[in-house]
Amino acid sequence: MSEAMAPTAPVPLPDPDSEEFWAGCKRGELRMQRCTGCSRMRYYPRPMCPHCQSMQSDWVTVSGRGTIYSFVVCHPPVLPAFAEKTPYAVLVVELEEDSNLRMVGGLLDHPVDEIEIGLPVEVAFEPLTDEITLPQWRVAKPS
Amino acid sequence: MLKNATAIVGVGQVEFSKNLGRPERTAACEAIGAALDDAGLSPADVDGLVSFTMENTSEVEITRNLGIENLSFFSQVGYGGGGGCGTLLHAAMAIAQGVCSTVVCWRARNRSSGGRPWAQTGNRVAGDFQFYLPFGLLRPADQVAMLARRHMYEYGTTCEQLGSVAVTFRQHAQRNPAALMQKPMTLDDYMNARFISEPLRLFDCCLETDGALAVVLTRAERARDLKQKPAYVMGAAQSTGPEHVVMANYHKPNFLETPSVYAARDLFAMAGVTPADVDCAQFYDAFTPLVLFSLEEYGFCKPGESGPFVEAGNLAWPNGSLPCNTSGGSLSEAYVHGMNLIIEGVRQIRGTSTCQVENAQLSLVTSGAGVPTSAVLLASEA
Repeated sequence: MSEAMAPTAPVPLPDPDSEEFWAGCKRGELRMQRCTGCSRMRYYPRPMCPHCQSMQSDWVTVSGRGTIYSFVVCHPPVLPAFAEKTPYAVLVVELEEDSNLRMVGGLLDHPVDEIEIGLPVEVAFEPLTDEITLPQWRVAKPS
Repeated sequence: MLKNATAIVGVGQVEFSKNLGRPERTAACEAIGAALDDAGLSPADVDGLVSFTMENTSEVEITRNLGIENLSFFSQVGYGGGGGCGTLLHAAMAIAQGVCSTVVCWRARNRSSGGRPWAQTGNRVAGDFQFYLPFGLLRPADQVAMLARRHMYEYGTTCEQLGSVAVTFRQHAQRNPAALMQKPMTLDDYMNARFISEPLRLFDCCLETDGALAVVLTRAERARDLKQKPAYVMGAAQSTGPEHVVMANYHKPNFLETPSVYAARDLFAMAGVTPADVDCAQFYDAFTPLVLFSLEEYGFCKPGESGPFVEAGNLAWPNGSLPCNTSGGSLSEAYVHGMNLIIEGVRQIRGTSTCQVENAQLSLVTSGAGVPTSAVLLASEA
């Protein structure tokens, strides 16, 4: 297969609301949008706070620690870009800072038959393209 | 008032197929023509059309083919399989308000020969998609499996319980000559099938079908004089719920809640009945877990009790307490964004189902629960 034909995974297309999220991932920081009116964080990023309707927000770096809230293990058929990874896991992770902040992400370097809800995980930044780095997850080492 | 102001007076469909061999537009015209024949009406009676935003055939293509002089009402409902019963709500509102008198709702989709939408995911993904597709959560099966896993964790729901839904609906399909899946299926067959997205296996997933279906609605007073026994629209509702993300709806405070709980509240309030009054139900079953969620959210089970409820045989015709998806549903009859569920709901009121619930007076139909949704209650008496 020529390089032009190589299957490519879907690459996030940042927009004005998500630009800082993706820029943070590239720097190795997990960034969350925070309302400057009521101080609540929100995900996905968006222009208005759903709690107080403020249009003002800033960004904070969160710990990148959380727990597995739910997960699936994907088997074929999948997109060609994911075919070699099957069976692979995708998680919903609940962030330690706020139980209402949940993120979808992949799980790196862990057997798919040893995943459990409640397992502590930490963010692992995985470059996808020159521009985009994905926030994936690894099982946290016992502290 | 919307309650009982309108009725479904005609239904029509083309054959279900893996490859229909003709364009969606052609099938749409055939299904609409069949529905009007069934009602004893002609295109000259039609002044409203409602379909899905995902429908590829436009309203004006329909009017050009059927020779409809003018539409005084036309609308489209969004969010794919969540929209089916919503088309009836839009039609019923427009008729009840006097904007138009007779509306056709239709869906034509070559979802089998036309390919899988997820397999056509582009190289760049924008909007909400940027936050879940790049991680490989690509397919509707993956997105629903995420909710199913958590339901299992919180309530002890099992794969066998999901399997009992698939097996039961297959049994119903075997009585329905129009259903695509006639082959018997046991729970062992279900359990031995390959995983698609754990915890979901192959037979947790609906069929991939080419098909087209249409229904005709008109005012209740006129319905009484037409050819068929009317199925009165006793209630209809749409809902989104909070913080909705289409298919990856994981960010509202209650992870397991779907929009259905809001549609259920408004539907039963409008109709003035309770779940105990419902004789049979057609739950949107693109994936088996959606049936469990709907049983709980439409009030037939308490949260967490749907697994034991289905395992005890309550969905099975004829002896279950709530015969469900009596044509075989999306799992075993056909998957056409739930329009076949609506037509089966009508058949139950007419008394013409191949799994006919004796003296069915109140028939519930729901649309997709993983997306902004809708539901209707159809009644034999206004």
